[in-house]
Amino acid sequence: MALINPKKREVQVKIVYYGPGRGGKTTNLEYINRKFKKRILNEMVTVKTYGDRTLFFDFLPFDIGEIKGHSIKIQLYTVPGQVKYNATRRLVLRGVDGIVFVADSMDLRREMNIRSLENLKANLESFNKNLFNIPLVMQYNKRDLADEGIPILSVETLEKDLNSSIKAPYFSASAIRGDNVAVTMKKIIALTVSSLRKKLE
Amino acid sequence: MEFTVDFNKEQIESIEDILQKELIDLGVQSVILMDLAGNVIVNLDSGEADHDVFSLAALAAGNYGAVSAMANIIGEQEFSLLFHKGEEESIHFSKVADDLLLLTIFNKNVSLGFLRLKVAEAVKRIKTVI
Repeated sequence: MALINPKKREVQVKIVYYGPGRGGKTTNLEYINRKFKKRILNEMVTVKTYGDRTLFFDFLPFDIGEIKGHSIKIQLYTVPGQVKYNATRRLVLRGVDGIVFVADSMDLRREMNIRSLENLKANLESFNKNLFNIPLVMQYNKRDLADEGIPILSVETLEKDLNSSIKAPYFSASAIRGDNVAVTMKKIIALTVSSLRKKLE
Repeated sequence: MEFTVDFNKEQIESIEDILQKELIDLGVQSVILMDLAGNVIVNLDSGEADHDVFSLAALAAGNYGAVSAMANIIGEQEFSLLFHKGEEESIHFSKVADDLLLLTIFNKNVSLGFLRLKVAEAVKRIKTVI
């Protein structure tokens, strides 16, 4: 549902970071905001609750160049992960073009990841979209916790739980350290823009 | 990927013309026509404003959704008109069509009643070109 403005020759692309609460979605955006500060003209917008959890969404817009003579404006959003905020999650998903699913590698969060992915599937279906044909990248976050002796799920387990039928590209990451954060973002932008390119032809 | 809001160049130019004549020429600082996904379709300003329109549109879409949820709780389908009053600047939201919102940012020199009248006129005219 990317928006094309034929007069300004501009395309607005919406990419949403989805996943369970406290999984690192906001940390991904914060890292991108710091790392690419020079290319990002606008401030990151964030609507948080008192406890520093995302209430509404985070929003980070930036430009990435051109395709077919159209300048591309990427808009990154996160959704609030907590179960009770589903109405807001649905709102943010409206018009989504690409999704990064940020899974929490902590052993204890296995069930939460699966539930969040099911919730994503249901929410997409309410917009007549399908998890299997929307550009999607899996990110297995918090791999750094292993270094602190905290039990984490193996990538094989995460793959089996979340990605066995979708078979989306996946990355192990540590958003807090910045490991594979940019790689994840570049991958989802590439997938989304290439599906858009077909539309522009 | 489907495109719900798909305007051609002529339509965008007609909308810009309407917004310029109905609103900007009357002293409104900035107008944004946007979809409910938070995309900016048309943005015009009087030259005095330098707002981050992309963030404004993202937040406005969120705000509109939140207020619609409030409407549902009290048995309304939606609130088709919202108004936020500030000390110097105010924001007026009006639904144009199913997926379209018109945001108007104006200061104390423009009265709310007059603005509402002009917004209603602009919305009516925009509907004839979309």
